[in-house]
Amino acid sequence: METKGRVFKYPDNVDTDVIIPARYLNSSDAQELAKHCMEDIDQSFVSRVRPGDVMVAGWNFGCGSSREHAPLVIKTCGTGCVIAKSFARIFYRNAINIGLPILECPEAAEEISDGDEVQVNFDTGVISDLTTGKSYQAQPFPPFIQNIIKKGGLLAALKER
Amino acid sequence: MGMTMTQKILAAHAGLPEVAPGQLIEAKLDIVLGNDITTPVAINEFKKAGFDQVFDKDRVAIVLDHFVPNKDIKAAEQSKQCREFACSHCVSHFYDVGKMGIEHALLPEQGVVTAGDCIIGADSHTCTYGALGAFSTGVGSTDMAAGMATGMAWFKVPPAIRFHLTGKLPANCSGKDVILTIIGMIGVDGALYKSMEFTGEGVSSLSMDDRLCICNMAIEAGAKNGIFPVDETTKAYLSGRSEREPVVYEADPDAEYEKTIEIDLSKIVPTVSCPHLPENTHPAAELSDIRIDQVVIGSCTNGRMEDMETAYRILKGKKVAEGVRCIIIPATQQIMKECVERGYVTAFIEAGAVVSTPTCGPCLGGYMGILAAGERCVATTNRNFVGRMGHVDSEVYLASPATAAQSALTGYITAPKEVF
Repeated sequence: METKGRVFKYPDNVDTDVIIPARYLNSSDAQELAKHCMEDIDQSFVSRVRPGDVMVAGWNFGCGSSREHAPLVIKTCGTGCVIAKSFARIFYRNAINIGLPILECPEAAEEISDGDEVQVNFDTGVISDLTTGKSYQAQPFPPFIQNIIKKGGLLAALKER
Repeated sequence: MGMTMTQKILAAHAGLPEVAPGQLIEAKLDIVLGNDITTPVAINEFKKAGFDQVFDKDRVAIVLDHFVPNKDIKAAEQSKQCREFACSHCVSHFYDVGKMGIEHALLPEQGVVTAGDCIIGADSHTCTYGALGAFSTGVGSTDMAAGMATGMAWFKVPPAIRFHLTGKLPANCSGKDVILTIIGMIGVDGALYKSMEFTGEGVSSLSMDDRLCICNMAIEAGAKNGIFPVDETTKAYLSGRSEREPVVYEADPDAEYEKTIEIDLSKIVPTVSCPHLPENTHPAAELSDIRIDQVVIGSCTNGRMEDMETAYRILKGKKVAEGVRCIIIPATQQIMKECVERGYVTAFIEAGAVVSTPTCGPCLGGYMGILAAGERCVATTNRNFVGRMGHVDSEVYLASPATAAQSALTGYITAPKEVF
């Protein structure tokens, strides 16, 4: 599995309140919520993002609320992958559980620039910045988590047992 | 190798003699919790996966607290979905308007959670129950759905940071000042993926409400959980309250901690987190030129009885400053009732404050106190992210109930007096 697209770069501590503000959480409709993805820090994200594009961010991405709506709207917008220096733990769990590919790679997150074209291979963890020609190796998931992703999410993995 | 308190609870619930940091385990759950925002997503996932019953109707808790009494039609639809699910699955711990309170004040108060439990909740502040000596952590809706279906969850066993508490808090400080100070020290990801274990002789001087407040904000340091040892204060609180028998776990004497941080409670000062991160802390006394428009005293962090008592002592017989809206939200029906019986509500109203039915409302920018562009609020809540309480250009300053109440009287951020 892989994705290829342009980079949207964000800072440290991007919280779930800016990924999807709570004022919209009177709905659980992913398509409707996705219209507001990132709007409190990047109003043009939703109009600019294309399927396969990649978010690149700093430390502690997805901190704050446990709302699963956050990884869900990022995925629904067409984002192919999120690369960060680190992820907040509930966001990390939620992303795996709903099938949004995420990779921790401090070096890539530091060096890749906004607007770069990148290719990400989830199986190998190799991140290629096609604009600069540089490649990075992200930490692969442990087998337990790879299995959840392979089965298509936590509930699908549970049903199979 | 010795285990921390958290590791011991996890090992027991995984049926293993011991566990080590980094180990992936599956653990039995004592309580699975959701609210009116996260439960609808969990219900959809639960149904989509083809599950037709919950693992134990007495071990699922659903609390409508974020947008109730329903703030609009969409919120009403979400509440209705939760209500119908709870009814059709005979969920015994379902809390609707009239019985509800803010979940993390309500479940300990009602004895639904107790010492030794392993708990997940689809709300990030589920870490609150560590104050009772439980392992308790926030998850998302899919984990909640899986937990409701199977009574199990997977965890990566966390390493721990030990906070060794000594001394006793000054009279103008409370648990909120302790946890804000700690977050200021270690940062919003200072305990990422880890347990925050509070130990030391200073623990005995902290009330249950202080401990609940401290564990509540462990997530604001990125922690998986916060936890206090079970002592006489805990036992007195749980006695006659817990619907299940508490189980006491203690850290092994040779438990391994990544580091130990010494906290002298007597050196804590009234502390405020400035916009837009909880780690951005300053002594309240240094912020006295910051003019405010609103004060909120409430939330799962600080809507408990002691918080109301503190607000009462400061506001009684005084007037909220001209131009300041002061909103007080007792966290549960029982706390509200006690505020009425003790005359607090009358005193709050006479001071020019408003008193609301329990709701998370303003804390997450839902309703009941939304900020306009450029407005500033001192709040006893837990997050001050961009746009958290309203407009993206509004500002939230996190503080203790004492600092918030004192600030309401002056219209500026004001440290509470030494003795009140």
